Amino acid sequence: MNRSLLKVSKASEIVKHFFLILGVIFSVFPFVWMILTAFKPEAEAILWPPRFLPMNPTLQNFVDVFTRWPFLRFFLNSFVFAGVSTFTIVLTSSAAGYAFAKIKFRGREILFFIFLATMILPLETYMIPVYLFVNRFGWINTHQGLIFPYIIMSFGLFLMRQTIQTIPDELIDAARIDGCSEFRIFRSLVLPLSKGSLSALAIYAFITVYGSFTWPLIITTTQDMYTTELGLAMFQKAFFTEYALTMAGATITSLPLIIIFLLFQRNIIEGITLTGLKG
Amino acid sequence: MNETLQKAKRKVPLTKRFWWPQMLYCIVVLIPVTFLYLIIRIIPVAQTIWMSFYNWHLVKPDRPFIGLGNYAKLFKDQLFLDALRNTTVFAFVSVVTTLIVSLIIALMLEKTMRWKADTIYKVLFFLPVVPTFVSVSVIWKWIYDPSYGFLNYLVGLFGIKPRGWLIEPELALWAIILFFVWKNIGYYMILFLVGLKNIPSELYEAASLDGASSWQRIRHVTLPLLRPMTLFNLVMATMMAFNVFAPVYVMTMGEQGAPSNPVRVIVFDMYENGFRYLKMGYASAEATILLVIVSLLTLLELRLVRSEQ
Repeated sequence: MNRSLLKVSKASEIVKHFFLILGVIFSVFPFVWMILTAFKPEAEAILWPPRFLPMNPTLQNFVDVFTRWPFLRFFLNSFVFAGVSTFTIVLTSSAAGYAFAKIKFRGREILFFIFLATMILPLETYMIPVYLFVNRFGWINTHQGLIFPYIIMSFGLFLMRQTIQTIPDELIDAARIDGCSEFRIFRSLVLPLSKGSLSALAIYAFITVYGSFTWPLIITTTQDMYTTELGLAMFQKAFFTEYALTMAGATITSLPLIIIFLLFQRNIIEGITLTGLKG
Repeated sequence: MNETLQKAKRKVPLTKRFWWPQMLYCIVVLIPVTFLYLIIRIIPVAQTIWMSFYNWHLVKPDRPFIGLGNYAKLFKDQLFLDALRNTTVFAFVSVVTTLIVSLIIALMLEKTMRWKADTIYKVLFFLPVVPTFVSVSVIWKWIYDPSYGFLNYLVGLFGIKPRGWLIEPELALWAIILFFVWKNIGYYMILFLVGLKNIPSELYEAASLDGASSWQRIRHVTLPLLRPMTLFNLVMATMMAFNVFAPVYVMTMGEQGAPSNPVRVIVFDMYENGFRYLKMGYASAEATILLVIVSLLTLLELRLVRSEQ
């Protein structure tokens, strides 16, 4: 009887792995197909029926991507855009998070609640007045204009307050008694003690800003200001009949992220779970 | 020294003694941050609602108050009604499918496997989450291509004729739903795995001792204890789906410009009215509707979570 039970569980294991492998193929295949297409000459990409492996593998598409479309410029714009935003998000969230977590002042709860209430609203719901504001400053099609709505993040403020609240009051009081200023406490005590959340927030903020699409679409007007996301969308629009070329474009924009993910997958997944626990 | 220690133990005098430095910190930090929240979040949200009552065109100086005029017009605007319907169908189907599939995968991966197979599965399922929306949309547009797409080759093996997956009105929305499910499964799988990890194993042991089958264990132990995480995922996924824009823009923008109406979504309609036709007041009314939908969904979640406790 035991043996038959074992057989049943073995059979169910096999069925389980069968479905999981099927799912994995579904998940991964588009990337495989992207890379295979990117290495094919154009004529080979549109062979029917399609051939899996490139017969005459070529790097020409990757050369063309950079010569026919200013992708390096897009990467630069995206890094400035996401980098500066991440820096200010981490700075404002942790500095204000400390005040909300450890300093008692009148109206603290209500102010925090108001900030937090905006967390659920996507930028798309209030981007029109922000656009008009940026327009009044003449910041359309500039890096300032691009970065402006992303310099704060309610979720970051929430995460940092939660983290800093777990630092014992006694520690901070002791520093105060030793004559540390609040700024010094923030810099040399609070920040080092919340490193984990800071790096999780930085990763989350960078990914969010880097992947934003609607705001860059409305705020930029010339190609030299495009972010990678927008640049690739416009690239696809311009060269949509050149399949191998567009796949080379998709490869250069997605592969770096995939490689970074595979290298740091543990930290990134931990960061995601941390941000997922905000509910 | 002793005196200061004693003071440290008594909370009230201590906070009083260090009141000024703390207030200084609050003034230096919170005033700029509050200012930023005001001009980037709070005022724009209020202004969106306010603008929705005006006939506000970007280049026309005359911007008369028209009350609910924009809303009345919206609910007679076939394009907007299509967008609202499409977005609702899109959100409902994609959210339900994504959550069910990711929960099933999480349940399958929950028990540790040999050779760390579960980690490999996790990483591979998470892969589509990693790149940005535009790059994966570009890939799927190629897979869905009507003439040379891989999907047409694949269905051809089963004797199905080639279709224009993103072009045919009755298919396009479903094609984008399939893409969206593919993109998000890994994310919710990870969150479900967190939820599963937090269920104490004693409960499973107790259920096993009581002779519960594995299905009964899932039904009576796992699912009820997973409810908070499920609700959280539900709201996150719904909000993301209602806000969908980039994939629709990439996958359906032909050389003609506008996406065909079968896949028009709210944010696209808003973008077109506001930033192509410059009807900012009209687009603000749409934004307000989106704002109300998102807020209502969140309130609903908060109530559900509260009723749990």
